[in-house]
Amino acid sequence: MTATSGSELAALSARQAGAQIAAREVSSRELTEAALGRIARLDGRLGAFLAVTADRALAAAREADARAARGGRLSELDGVPLAVKDLFLTRGVPTTAGSRILEGWLPPCDATAVERLEAAGAVLLGKLNLDEFAMGSSTENSAYKPCRNPWDLTRTPGGSSGGSAAAVAARLAHGALGTDTGGSIREPAAFCGVVGVKPTYGRVSRFGVVAFASSLDQVGPLARTVEDAALLLGAVAGHDPRDMTSSARPVGDYLAGLEDGARGLRIGVPREWLGDGLEPGTLAAVRAALEAYQRLGATLVEVSLPHSRYGIAAYYIIAPAEASSNLARYDGVRFGLRAGAGGGLREMYAETRQEGFGPEVKRRIMLGTYALSSGYYDAYYLRAQKVRTLVRRDLDQAFERCDLVAGPVAPGVAFRLGERVEDPLRMYLADVFTITANLAALPALSVPCGRDAATGLPVGLQLVGRPFDEATLLRAARALEREVGTFPAPEVA
Amino acid sequence: MSLSLEEVRRIAALARLRLSPEEEERFAGQLSAILDHVRLLEELDVAAVEPMTHALAGEAPALRADLERPGLSAEVAVAAAPERAGTHFKVPRVLE
Repeated sequence: MTATSGSELAALSARQAGAQIAAREVSSRELTEAALGRIARLDGRLGAFLAVTADRALAAAREADARAARGGRLSELDGVPLAVKDLFLTRGVPTTAGSRILEGWLPPCDATAVERLEAAGAVLLGKLNLDEFAMGSSTENSAYKPCRNPWDLTRTPGGSSGGSAAAVAARLAHGALGTDTGGSIREPAAFCGVVGVKPTYGRVSRFGVVAFASSLDQVGPLARTVEDAALLLGAVAGHDPRDMTSSARPVGDYLAGLEDGARGLRIGVPREWLGDGLEPGTLAAVRAALEAYQRLGATLVEVSLPHSRYGIAAYYIIAPAEASSNLARYDGVRFGLRAGAGGGLREMYAETRQEGFGPEVKRRIMLGTYALSSGYYDAYYLRAQKVRTLVRRDLDQAFERCDLVAGPVAPGVAFRLGERVEDPLRMYLADVFTITANLAALPALSVPCGRDAATGLPVGLQLVGRPFDEATLLRAARALEREVGTFPAPEVA
Repeated sequence: MSLSLEEVRRIAALARLRLSPEEEERFAGQLSAILDHVRLLEELDVAAVEPMTHALAGEAPALRADLERPGLSAEVAVAAAPERAGTHFKVPRVLE
């Protein structure tokens, strides 16, 4: 069947869109115009985009259509409209990291992940909203505007890749890239009912991605289907000589075993993850997903992650410590905002940073500076790094008995805008399940597993895998997706 | 544990931040609450545990040949500077 109307075009998965371009049933221009049309119509209410690059997108679409016409498509993604979190550098296109301190900055180069998407022929629609410097779990820390959840505009889309999740869920883009330092791909994916993958640390290059916490940050896709997530991950993964932390391991074919089902998989269920503190509707949806896996021939194995309860405490030392160091570069000298230049150099530093950073960023810089300051290093940073070893060790032990670990993504469904902004610790505590994979440097994803009975909002299931075993996670996620289906387009109203 | 306003000011100075009096008050409370939660880590005996100093432990380091390669030109590098003098970054007076 060929899609014709704008909403039918927008409803296509990335892979379907690519296939229809290849079959010359639809053009990249039609897809791009349909996406831009939906952005113009809906994004005023959603706030998913910080910049829309319509002219560039249409020019890229024309080139993609020319390649399709002469039979020289670059990849399955050639001509497919996508978008990226505004943490990825885009040459000549404003890149803000959601911060006033970078307002109006035009980067001199592209992030490797952006370069790879464009080399695959993808059409980039624009830059997506986020919590300032990716610090947050609700996208309310964006210095520009909040982003809203397309399923309920009074609620957050999650964060920090909230714009990416909202845009993909609302069919404003056929897929997106985000980044995940403590859950910033998986939590918004769960809140918006899409698939989100945080690959193994080192799997995707971070060159040209604004740094937050360098031992934790990782790039990954947000997608409508597991298949799209596999396709997008395959397009951006792989070694990059410009990122010294990128792994030289060859990238597998993530689509190859995708339909192999869950039969024979041993799924570890951490006993610490299904206890108190979960909303009943989330617990019910997660349990139902685990039962579905049993029906599909997987075996559930109880495992224990005794140190996961220390994850938040370790993370909120390590991540702010690294952030305080990474964000030292915003000093009003080389790019971005400059304030207080009438005084001396120190005055300029302090004024620029006071004016340019929002409250959450300042809070984390303060926390990190404190943890690293003289006399406190051993008590905080060093201790947190040791606990990180223990968190990883728990997972290594679990993987002696199972192939992957499954549990909730977040303790509950999307929360309301404004509900947690004045209570940062409460906001942080909701990262408890996602942080484990970042601390342990392991691959993890969120796949829709049902709806919360009380609100009807999406619930995600989290799967965590062995290092570089994204293929098993995707295969398991696809098996569940075949059972529970994907979410339809939300009515953005 | 409770951070004093004086400590908040000391940290802000180290971090090159100039906080407003309201921010100092708010951060003193919020950072104290976060550090209280972090005290949870003290429960664990980590004396014999190695810190995880590299997230890619066990991976062969990906080294490249140490060769000269093109980088940003001086013109491009200073293009986004708030203030410049030719191909230099211009900053306020360092020594008063």
